[in-house]
Amino acid sequence: MCPQVDFDTIVHDFDARTQRGLARAISLAESGRAAPLIARVYPQVGRAMTIGLTGPPGVGKSTLSSALVRKARTLGKSVGVISVDPSSPFSHGALLGDRIRLTEHFVDADVFIRSMASRGHLGGLAGATADAVTLMDAYGLDVILIETVGVGQSEIEIAELAQTTLVALQPGSGDSVQVLKAGIMEIADIFIINKADHPMANQLRREIRSMMEILQFSGWVPEVVSTQATTGVGIDELWVAIEKHIAWLKTTGKMHEKRQEAFEHQVRQLALGNIAVRLEDRVKAESHGASDPYAAAERVLATFNVSL
Amino acid sequence: MADRPLRVVVAKAGLDGHDRGAKVIARALRDAGMEVIYTGLFQTPEQIVQTAIQEDADGIGLSILSGAHMTLFPLIVEQLKAQGADDIVFFGGGTIPPDDVVALKAAGVKAIFTPGAPLQDIIDFVNAECGKKART
Repeated sequence: MCPQVDFDTIVHDFDARTQRGLARAISLAESGRAAPLIARVYPQVGRAMTIGLTGPPGVGKSTLSSALVRKARTLGKSVGVISVDPSSPFSHGALLGDRIRLTEHFVDADVFIRSMASRGHLGGLAGATADAVTLMDAYGLDVILIETVGVGQSEIEIAELAQTTLVALQPGSGDSVQVLKAGIMEIADIFIINKADHPMANQLRREIRSMMEILQFSGWVPEVVSTQATTGVGIDELWVAIEKHIAWLKTTGKMHEKRQEAFEHQVRQLALGNIAVRLEDRVKAESHGASDPYAAAERVLATFNVSL
Repeated sequence: MADRPLRVVVAKAGLDGHDRGAKVIARALRDAGMEVIYTGLFQTPEQIVQTAIQEDADGIGLSILSGAHMTLFPLIVEQLKAQGADDIVFFGGGTIPPDDVVALKAAGVKAIFTPGAPLQDIIDFVNAECGKKART
């Protein structure tokens, strides 16, 4: 039989900066049992550079992640990668395959990669992603890359969590109407045109530019960087753009604002998650044999001392 | 059952490009409610063990169809011990002769599944062995 891994052992291993300690601490967070550890490390965090990477499936997010890890490592920075893939709503299982593009970093002691299943959480991340970022930051990783599930047009939670949000697009995947749609197009601090050797890359660049002329930007105007993640073309320019955005956040005081927003976002998520469970029980109980939905809703709310 | 999904690394090691089996197993474990981390092809034992540690995996399933099983399985057992991670349930499958199966089990591989093994047997094994670990 396997030895029991208790909370104190995990915290001890985490404090000793072992990869097992960090890995198990993230699992604790995924099981909703990391609150005491988060409370203890929280005052020390905020040191890491956090970069979010989002975009449609197949655009090259994992390959871009790998290229960014390589870049950060040449600068001597340690890196954490959190890669989120969807859980099946039916079996609750998941196939987490983003590591395939990151194999060259597996045995680098200064790179820690964690695949997370969304476990029913909507918004492009997993419920415990924010905690995983906190833990990686406290562990001492310099750069934390957060790769979302392959998103559609409204999974924008990543912008709440990361300091800099990269939106990757690929040429030939839609006309200007797609580019103009709301949602992920509005959260980009940096647009990446990946697969930039594609014949339609210039057209995509023009479409992004014309969209940007229409949208209103408050202070920061998104950069547009062309990359070929498989060969590394454009990654240096992408890194420069990321550093420029972080510097802008710091000089304008937006960094503090962003941190506050991320904090509030997590508080909201935690509270909502808890309330949702309690609510579900009442909804089931009050809906059974109820005469109409409003009456049932009133009875549900009455248990929380509020009314419609 | 555990209070969380089991996490299993499905790996391919060495010069072995035949991943149909690994993908079938990965899919079967996923459909049985597990979180499956697939490493991709051509991994070294070090890469596989590092992956299992960082992913906090309950188990590692190694697929080998290259004939190098008597080298690669023991190397992973060794790596797991060296990293203090031999609590991770290590099993595998592939075209492995019966005598070698006996030898590999003696060397510390928990189970070996050969061609024709029903998927349900593999799922049951992982649930039983890794589930035992996840409950702790």
